Amino acid sequence: MKDTDIKRLLYTNLLCVFSIFLSIFIPSFFVDNFSVLEAHLTWLCICSASVTTVNLLSYLVVKPNVSSKRSSLSHKVTRALKCCVFFLMSCFLLHIIFVLYGAPLIELVLETFLFAVVLSTFTTVPCLCLLGPNLKAWLRVFSRNGVTSIWENSLQITTISSFTGAWLGAFPIPLDWERPWQVWPISCTLGATFGYVAGLVISPLWIYWNRKQLTYKNN
Amino acid sequence: MRKVSVLLFLAWVCFLFYAGIALFTSGFLLTRLELTNQSSCQELPGPGPLPWGSHGKPGACWMPSRFSRVVLVLIDALRFDFAQPQRSHVPGEPPVSVPFLGKLGSLQRILESQPHHGRLYRSQVDPPTTTMQRLKALTTGSLPTFIDAGSNFASHAIVEDNVIQQLNSAGRRVVFMGDDTWRDLFPGAFSQAFFFSSFNVRDLHTVDNGILEHLYPTLDGGSWDVLIAHFLGVDHCGHKHGPHHPEMAKKLSQMDQVIQGLIERLENDTLLVVAGDHGMTMNGDHGGDSELEVSAALFLYSPTALFPSVPPEEPEVIPQVSLVPTLALLLGLPIPFGNTGEVMAELFSGGSDSSHPHSSALAQVSALHINAQQVSRFLHTYSAATQDLQVKELHRLQTLFSKASARYQHFLRDPQEAEAALSTLTAEFQQFLRGARALCIESWARFSLVRMAGGAALLAAACLLCLLASQLAVAPGFLFRPLLLIPVAWGLTWTILYAGVSVTTGSKIDLVVLGAVAAAGSLLPFLWKAWVSRGSKRPLAPLLPVPRPVLILLLIRLATFFSDSFVVAEARATPFLLGSLVFFLVAQLHWEGQLLPPKPLTMSRLGSSAPTAPPRHSGAHALWLGIGLLLFTRLAGLFHRCPEETPACRSSPWLSPLASMVGGRAKNLWYGACVGALVALLVVVRLWLRRYGNLKSPEPPVLFVRWGMPLMVLGTAAYWALASGAEEAPPRLRALVAGASAVLPRAVMGLAALGLVLLLWRPVTVLVKAGAATSRTRTILTPFSGPPTSQADLDYVVPQIYRHMQEEFQGRLERTKAQGPITVAAYQLGSVYSAAMVTALLLLAFPLMLLHVERVSLVFLLLFLQSFLLLHLLAAGTPVATPGPFTVLWQAVSAWVLLATQTFYSTGHQPVFSAIHWHAAFVGFPDGHGSSTWLPALLVGANTFASHLLFAVGCPLLLLWPFLCERQGPKRRQPLPGSESEARVRPEEEEELQEPLMEMRLRDAPNHFNAALLQLGLKYLFILGAQILACALAASILRRHLMVWKVFAPKFIFEAVGFIVSSVGLLLGIALVMRVDVAVSSWFKKLVLAQQR
Ligand SMILES: [Zn+2]
Ligand SMILES: [Zn+2]
Repeated sequence: MKDTDIKRLLYTNLLCVFSIFLSIFIPSFFVDNFSVLEAHLTWLCICSASVTTVNLLSYLVVKPNVSSKRSSLSHKVTRALKCCVFFLMSCFLLHIIFVLYGAPLIELVLETFLFAVVLSTFTTVPCLCLLGPNLKAWLRVFSRNGVTSIWENSLQITTISSFTGAWLGAFPIPLDWERPWQVWPISCTLGATFGYVAGLVISPLWIYWNRKQLTYKNN
Repeated sequence: MRKVSVLLFLAWVCFLFYAGIALFTSGFLLTRLELTNQSSCQELPGPGPLPWGSHGKPGACWMPSRFSRVVLVLIDALRFDFAQPQRSHVPGEPPVSVPFLGKLGSLQRILESQPHHGRLYRSQVDPPTTTMQRLKALTTGSLPTFIDAGSNFASHAIVEDNVIQQLNSAGRRVVFMGDDTWRDLFPGAFSQAFFFSSFNVRDLHTVDNGILEHLYPTLDGGSWDVLIAHFLGVDHCGHKHGPHHPEMAKKLSQMDQVIQGLIERLENDTLLVVAGDHGMTMNGDHGGDSELEVSAALFLYSPTALFPSVPPEEPEVIPQVSLVPTLALLLGLPIPFGNTGEVMAELFSGGSDSSHPHSSALAQVSALHINAQQVSRFLHTYSAATQDLQVKELHRLQTLFSKASARYQHFLRDPQEAEAALSTLTAEFQQFLRGARALCIESWARFSLVRMAGGAALLAAACLLCLLASQLAVAPGFLFRPLLLIPVAWGLTWTILYAGVSVTTGSKIDLVVLGAVAAAGSLLPFLWKAWVSRGSKRPLAPLLPVPRPVLILLLIRLATFFSDSFVVAEARATPFLLGSLVFFLVAQLHWEGQLLPPKPLTMSRLGSSAPTAPPRHSGAHALWLGIGLLLFTRLAGLFHRCPEETPACRSSPWLSPLASMVGGRAKNLWYGACVGALVALLVVVRLWLRRYGNLKSPEPPVLFVRWGMPLMVLGTAAYWALASGAEEAPPRLRALVAGASAVLPRAVMGLAALGLVLLLWRPVTVLVKAGAATSRTRTILTPFSGPPTSQADLDYVVPQIYRHMQEEFQGRLERTKAQGPITVAAYQLGSVYSAAMVTALLLLAFPLMLLHVERVSLVFLLLFLQSFLLLHLLAAGTPVATPGPFTVLWQAVSAWVLLATQTFYSTGHQPVFSAIHWHAAFVGFPDGHGSSTWLPALLVGANTFASHLLFAVGCPLLLLWPFLCERQGPKRRQPLPGSESEARVRPEEEEELQEPLMEMRLRDAPNHFNAALLQLGLKYLFILGAQILACALAASILRRHLMVWKVFAPKFIFEAVGFIVSSVGLLLGIALVMRVDVAVSSWFKKLVLAQQR
């Protein structure tokens, strides 16, 4: 593992962070009185779209998983379609999990679903970019000694921190502070976003810090 | 380690916790001192002349009487808005149609047609809003404290001075009819009384109809001075149906007719008082201090003009106790000694002679003066008796009073600028009275910080002991006897020391302190040991043996006890935490590689080289377990009762009894679902027993499961059918229905008790087959369904078990050849402990289910399913080390406690007094209990703490289940490094070892088994103890918090009682496992003797 790899990882991650900042500030130029809390659903869509775009772009530019074999166009198309299906599936799965964890079943369906979309954007989209629609590879990455590159290591860290952020975001909901952000699912989406950003920032640093101990099986 | 000493050790730890709880409680829930002084007519409350206007009037006491007779109509739970008209909020639109609005039309007619004769007030009630506390307040004028709330079942005669007492000493005739709580409060105080039992809250009409039968004849008969009628129908209707039920409209209309009838019959010298003792919540309950509970209606009327002015647009808000001094002075009685209420001055304005220009104002001031004198005298006496009251504030009030009093005397002698002077005096007296009341309210919630700190310290030390001992228990060479004997000796020494000191100093022995001293004394050697070994070789790691994620979750859970919002939202927070723990368990299994199916592991180049054991469960299996658990938890969460603090929340309608449902079809469907849940529960358990083969045993407990349990289901179903349709029964069947609804629940409970006795008598549920086995088959433990058909089925053998048995008892005998014919076959030894536990749990569940409303049976079904899934999931992550030491993981115990808490909420409970299901006391006793109080308390307690009891008794399953699941996994097992299992595997036995021993592994290592049981108990007690400690700390740190009496104190009390129930259940559960163990031993012994013959 070279320091240049870590540097590339850092820049890519910072780009993702930047895209989230953009999604907060850019819409206010086009929409009057835009704020993350007031127009939360709009922001969720914008954020999700921008993070997805940046992830795809960085994937196309950086190409972390060097697959040498050429593939046909039809293969690429089916792969892309599979990715979309995976993304949708993960959205629905997360929605179901939220409901199982106590989210209202009928009221606020749209809000819950958009939260699921945003959380999948933070977790599933990078997975799809890096590993492709390959469930076994995903399972491998998220097990002990399963990562094989710094990219996968970063993916592991950001995904876990996004979920942790979303989980922690549920705690302020019952408190009687009467703040606008305590409403379901705003605190959770904010928590997930913070978790994602934290994961993005922390993972290159953590990898840099532990570069001596980290030995990946294939490089 | 012996079994008895395990139980004794656990009992000692429980005692430590109890002592801590008792000490803390005695410091936290202080009671008010009740003074027995009496006011008397001859002795004025203070120096000074007789009040103005009372010269030369016969029968005048402190003030001349204005009314010679009073009719007091007490309508229980008459909330303020029940007396309001049905108004539309938006002009022009029709008024909102709520069953309880606008039904008391006679009050409104009076207020409109005779504005000077009647007046409606919103009377502000002091919590706790239970009937007995309110009756005490309504007659004594004082503030019954929180701790009295529990004595609603065992009410005692009022020892303080009260209006009824004063009426008696003045020779007035008091006639009472209605709620029999009055009989206990005022024994022998009534010249004539018609008591009706108040206990059956499901009965709306008996009390009211009984009153109506006697009310008008008594009224017309005239042999009374004060007539009290206490109607209960409205309250009972609230408890049974809630205020929004059409039945409430009927009940209120009936009350309206009563009031109308009384108004028509009143004579000029009579005052009519219509009052509610408290309100009711949206659900129709009361006891707390929510706005709806503390606002009651108060209506005064007299045929002679009472009020100088017309009533204000919005009725005035007055404290409820204001009625006490007002009534006393209006009737010409002395104000009760301990009254803290303020006289309603307006009522004293009219009626006196108009010779004086400011007669009306002067009369008001003199009433206030008398009142203030009385309160000042009470404060003086009370502060002399105890140091409760705040000295500074008391001093300020006394100065205020003496100044106002002096000005009053001065004014009487020299009336100048009467108008201004009188209004100042009124304001000053009122200021004094309100200040005194506020002082009393504040002071009677004062705490003994020393006791609270001592109790908390004791709890903390006991928790520490649990933590350390649970680590030590499984360590090799754990010397147990000194750890038990020394503490007892120390505890006894300190107890004797304390008793000796208190006897020599002549002070009374306080049992609470005695217990605390004994507990602290017995803890001393342990603490000393811990302190000494603190710096030595042992690192800090074993001090915090809890794995970090579980520790974080536990700390989050404990932190939630410090926030009132989280205590209120615990019903939602607990499933969330439980789900998080389940998710963590699944994720951890995956992370460790135990969940991954072998295929990807080999594919990923890692699996082939990784030395991890093959998974015991496939990945999908554990994932489905987790998802199923989440789903069931979510479903159980649908049965959710809302706390009063969250008005936006809607309680689940499924928590109301079927009897309150209106639609016939829906009712039938629900009834079917409930009976279905019962049957499903039985079927699930029977399937489980059959799967492990225990259902084949001819032992009495199994026979009971096969035949007695369906009978219990039948009885329960029949009882529910009666209970849900009792109202619709034709009159001639009423007696039969009443009889059956008393007999059926008792029969079911009797059957359950019989089952438990049978289980204790013969707990070994195995089937022994004698006969020559010719060949042993490899399919030995495949579960079979139905009667055994093939010879292979009949030849169930337990070679390994049998060999161990032989080794144990026949070690001296020459061993027969291992492959030789074995003539005894025993079935299902591998699940003998769990089978007894599951049977016991089901037997416990049935009576508990009976105490709940019908639809909660679905929750009980979910509870069993949830715990099965959880146990399976936990077993997937628990390594089984043979031959020991066995451990129970912290995550298992935490998840179990969380599940117990979640079930507490999903069975419709809340940790507040108003949410207690009092109706449970009538299951099997539809007519009440007479004077017995312990039985209803037991029934209600069993209802409230059902989940605590079930989960605590079922706790040993956490230890047993991993062994039970052994059969499902592959046979190979990684021996723990250092364990001696390899040595024990002799070559010729290797083949047999592959047959699962399941729970017999526990029996193989009795010492480890006992240690594991001890560890399990200590871990469970630690988590419960940490919760109660957190509650105690929260209650003491936040004792000035706004929510302390509303949230933290009830939470502490519920948690404390829950701890006691849980600890007893835990001991019972462990004792049951030990009983089975003893029985298995003797069974083996018998078998061996039979072999030898
Ligand atoms: Zn009442
Ligand atoms: Zn009541």
